[in-house]
Amino acid sequence: MDHVGETAFVVQVGEFSGPLDLLLTLIRDEQVDIYDIPVARIAEQFLVRIKTLGLDDAADYLEMAARLIRIKAQLLLPRREGDEGWEDPRAELVRRLLEYQQVREVVDVLDRLSEVRRGKFARGYLPQQFTSPAPAAAPLALSLPELFAAVDRVLRLAKKPTIHDVVPRALDVEGAIAVVRDLLALRRSCRWRDLVSAGSEPWEILSVLLALLELAKRGEVKLRQDAAFTDVEIKGESASEAA
Amino acid sequence: MSPLAKLLEAALFASSAPISLENLAALDSDATEDDVAGALTELRTQYDEAGHGVELIETGGGWQILTRAEYTDAIERAQLASRPARLSAAALETLAIIAYRQPIGRAEVEEIRGVNCGAILKSLHERGLIEVTGRAEGMGRPLMYGTTPAFLEQLAIRHLDELPRADELAVALRPAAET
Repeated sequence: MDHVGETAFVVQVGEFSGPLDLLLTLIRDEQVDIYDIPVARIAEQFLVRIKTLGLDDAADYLEMAARLIRIKAQLLLPRREGDEGWEDPRAELVRRLLEYQQVREVVDVLDRLSEVRRGKFARGYLPQQFTSPAPAAAPLALSLPELFAAVDRVLRLAKKPTIHDVVPRALDVEGAIAVVRDLLALRRSCRWRDLVSAGSEPWEILSVLLALLELAKRGEVKLRQDAAFTDVEIKGESASEAA
Repeated sequence: MSPLAKLLEAALFASSAPISLENLAALDSDATEDDVAGALTELRTQYDEAGHGVELIETGGGWQILTRAEYTDAIERAQLASRPARLSAAALETLAIIAYRQPIGRAEVEEIRGVNCGAILKSLHERGLIEVTGRAEGMGRPLMYGTTPAFLEQLAIRHLDELPRADELAVALRPAAET
């Protein structure tokens, strides 16, 4: 992977804060007049530095490199003696460099001031790494009856979701009557065992019994049991079918 | 010390953030802001002349009790407190430009710095050092930035005019209208 670093731009934090910073450094190092920059020399130096430094923000530095080369080319163009309209192609760059120089002056002031402030602590200053996630709880002030009351409240609340409102199933005589009628509509007769299965709930059995007695009373069915505890035969009355 | 100075001392001690003169005056319904200012001077003199380990300073956000610089190293060594991270050169450059040119858009900051400033503006905004003051007229209606009271507090200054005046700097940093 080492060979990659030789050609690629890699991050170098804190070296220069931008192409203007690098340019000002070069001008200072080369001890040249900012108003009369030897562009050819500075441009060459600039290219060497961005190659060896391996700078981040490559685009910003390359843009400046291109600008320097263009200025260098413009300076090489022949111009007539005493040409009034000629404008130094370096003028814009010089303006920006001076402007940037002033920013750096202010930066020094800001840096000095913030360093002074940084060296003083306010009361209750808590650095991020030392802060506990939750503030320390205040000491618990609670009487025993209050605690019991609180526990009672919690239990009451906790119970609530598990309370089932169990309502005993009422007998469904009407439903059983309908079942018997439906069955007798299909068959001439049926038996008690047809209506009540082994797994039937007590309320179902009672419902069927009451339904049969009710139907018998109305004269819709005839019930017949040959002996005690034997099966009951249920016969539909032809009169009920007509009704 | 006067009773008012003692009251102010207690309030300033209890607060970890600077307290404005207005809020300090509200502590005592009988005291005017002039009384409070006088009591603050009394308290500051007391700290300075009686040789206290703390000092009373005024910043953009108000008044605050701070430890004296000479004890910083000892406090840090004992891990009782640690200094906040130092602002990077990029952050300081961006703050410098905004402080002198506000309200200013991102494009102008980038023009002066010669580098892309999106990330640094976002970071400064998150740290509360700059704020969006509005939008410029014209193409895209770019966001305009300005500095905040937290910026003044970061430098322990009361007003922006405590920074070198624009006419003490080169023409280049003055508002565009004057150049």
